[in-house]
Amino acid sequence: MATIELQKVEKKFAEAYAVKPLDLTIKDGEFVVLLGPSGCGKTTTLRMISGLETVTSGKILLNGKEVTWRHPSERDMAFVFQFYALYSHLSVRQNIAFPLQAQGVKNDEIERRVKEVVDILRIPHLLRARPGKLSGGDQQRVALARALVRKPAAFLMDEPLGALDAELRESMRAEIKNLHVAQHATTVYVTHDQIEAMAMGDRIVVMSKAEVQQVGTPIEVYYNPANLFVARFIGSPGMNLVKGQYAGGSVSLHGGNRYSVPPAWTSRLGSALGGAPDVILGFRPEAARVSPQGALNGEVYATDMYGGHTVLHVNINENEIVHIRSDRQSSYPMGTKVRFDIDPAMVRFFDPRTEQAVRGENPPSAAAEVS
Amino acid sequence: MSQFELQHVTKRFPTVTALDDVSFSFQRGEFFVLLGPTGAGKTTTLRIIAGLEKHDSGTVILDGQEVSTHTPAERDVAFVFQQYSLYPTMTVYDNLAFPLRSPLRNTPEDVIKVKVEEAAEKLRITQLLKRKTAQLSGGEMQRVAIGRAIVRNPRLFLMDEPLSNLDAKLRESLRVELKHLQKTQGSTTLFVTHDQVEALTMADRIAVLDKGRIAQQGTPDEIYDRPANTFVAQLVGTPRINLLPAARANGTVRVRGSCVAVPAPRASCWASAPRTCARLRAGPAAPG
Repeated sequence: MATIELQKVEKKFAEAYAVKPLDLTIKDGEFVVLLGPSGCGKTTTLRMISGLETVTSGKILLNGKEVTWRHPSERDMAFVFQFYALYSHLSVRQNIAFPLQAQGVKNDEIERRVKEVVDILRIPHLLRARPGKLSGGDQQRVALARALVRKPAAFLMDEPLGALDAELRESMRAEIKNLHVAQHATTVYVTHDQIEAMAMGDRIVVMSKAEVQQVGTPIEVYYNPANLFVARFIGSPGMNLVKGQYAGGSVSLHGGNRYSVPPAWTSRLGSALGGAPDVILGFRPEAARVSPQGALNGEVYATDMYGGHTVLHVNINENEIVHIRSDRQSSYPMGTKVRFDIDPAMVRFFDPRTEQAVRGENPPSAAAEVS
Repeated sequence: MSQFELQHVTKRFPTVTALDDVSFSFQRGEFFVLLGPTGAGKTTTLRIIAGLEKHDSGTVILDGQEVSTHTPAERDVAFVFQQYSLYPTMTVYDNLAFPLRSPLRNTPEDVIKVKVEEAAEKLRITQLLKRKTAQLSGGEMQRVAIGRAIVRNPRLFLMDEPLSNLDAKLRESLRVELKHLQKTQGSTTLFVTHDQVEALTMADRIAVLDKGRIAQQGTPDEIYDRPANTFVAQLVGTPRINLLPAARANGTVRVRGSCVAVPAPRASCWASAPRTCARLRAGPAAPG
């Protein structure tokens, strides 16, 4: 059981910010993902929470009590690393029992708790093996078991699936998520993989260049990105972002396309842009639909078959390419002229000067957008 | 007859048979992908085609010609590796010009200039021509490496996981570029990868390699919709295909331990297989 609170926590190495002042409250039982490219400050943040790294200023509270200057061992948090950090000369059983022995827990209690966690992680058959003989996935299961056996107040995980191959990563993702649901333990999880973040997080903290860009549920960061960085970083492919000029209720794009702004936005857009015409039109690949009557046009640059669906890359102006998610059957040869529309509920606008999203007056609820 | 063909190629190393009677073929202008996990024999196949490795038996045909006795240079193929293998002290321009300046080709400098600029434009690296390659990002370096291959119009491009070292976003965009380029140039490409997404999205046709043998050949649609065996079925698609043990009874296929039953098509095919696997893709389900 743990609530973790960060109050204006920052970290500087010499004069450079590794993490700019950051406020974040992680609720009890919540699964929070720190997401961003390498060097964005996510691991430093996690290490400050654990106590492996000191803060330059700010406060860290655990269940309302300040722990900013407490030793890692006094914070009752278990760390899981990308590299499993198992003792190669000890058996799996000894590895898992290790933290309990260090705490002086009685042998029969150790026995009981080890059995409990290996059952949860479905590795009882591995108890006698040496870690070196195990696959990457099984080694990471052992590392998770060793973290779990302590019943810590919180789990801190630093790219625990980063070293595994794609297939295994996918199945371990579901296992960790299940584990979290069953244990209801507060978890802070660091990754650079946006798919992992979307699939696992209750909330995602998107970071870039030492700074928090957005905090929100996966649906919020996906459908209502706060700025251009989040719009590009989340999604595969990322959000389509097309420069244009706004005037008289429509946006003219380079190359002659003209997009009629939905009425819900027209009253807001002009003032939000401060009267300047420059605007960036944003839409997710699945927000666009190819149709013969579509208002926008372009030429098929390439088509990607993904099995379940197809992604059309459409050139709308001298190598300005937008991505349109489409059903399996729509495979068009390169060079085909196509027309498409954008779902008015899923269009977004950004101010190119500030790179921030223009907020709608009544942003449609996330649930309505998904349906 | 196919213009590019491997016929019954076998390659043995002292402790392992790397390729076991491998045959596949593709046509001029095709984007052909060899897909398989690490150790399946993909890179060995490329090296045999390039003439960097000698096969024990079988025939290699390039552009309709049997080339088993030809040297790598005579085969006229261009290799793009996972590691960019550029000359770090040379500029991008000189790296691109290098294959044309080979004494064997003896190309005049003004022709070289035209060709280098053409290739740079196609790959959108014109602004980098004067830079040293050591100063480039990974994505830029791989563009230069591809540029060095396309600058001389070889009869076949061999690409060995050229996108694997790049981050996800870059890989995605270069994938689209590469495919567009291949189609506009009409060049023949044999592309090796372990990444099923790359294979499905880029290939005209795919050959799946498993432990030195061809498991299946076909278009991405065929490989995805009608995998020849459970290995291929599990190799393509994310999330993975669902394979459930099932038994056939009274014209239906019943998943064991559950009440799910689907009509069994083509009853004759099942006659000899009372226990089978029902397969359901996420999305439209079809009994297999």
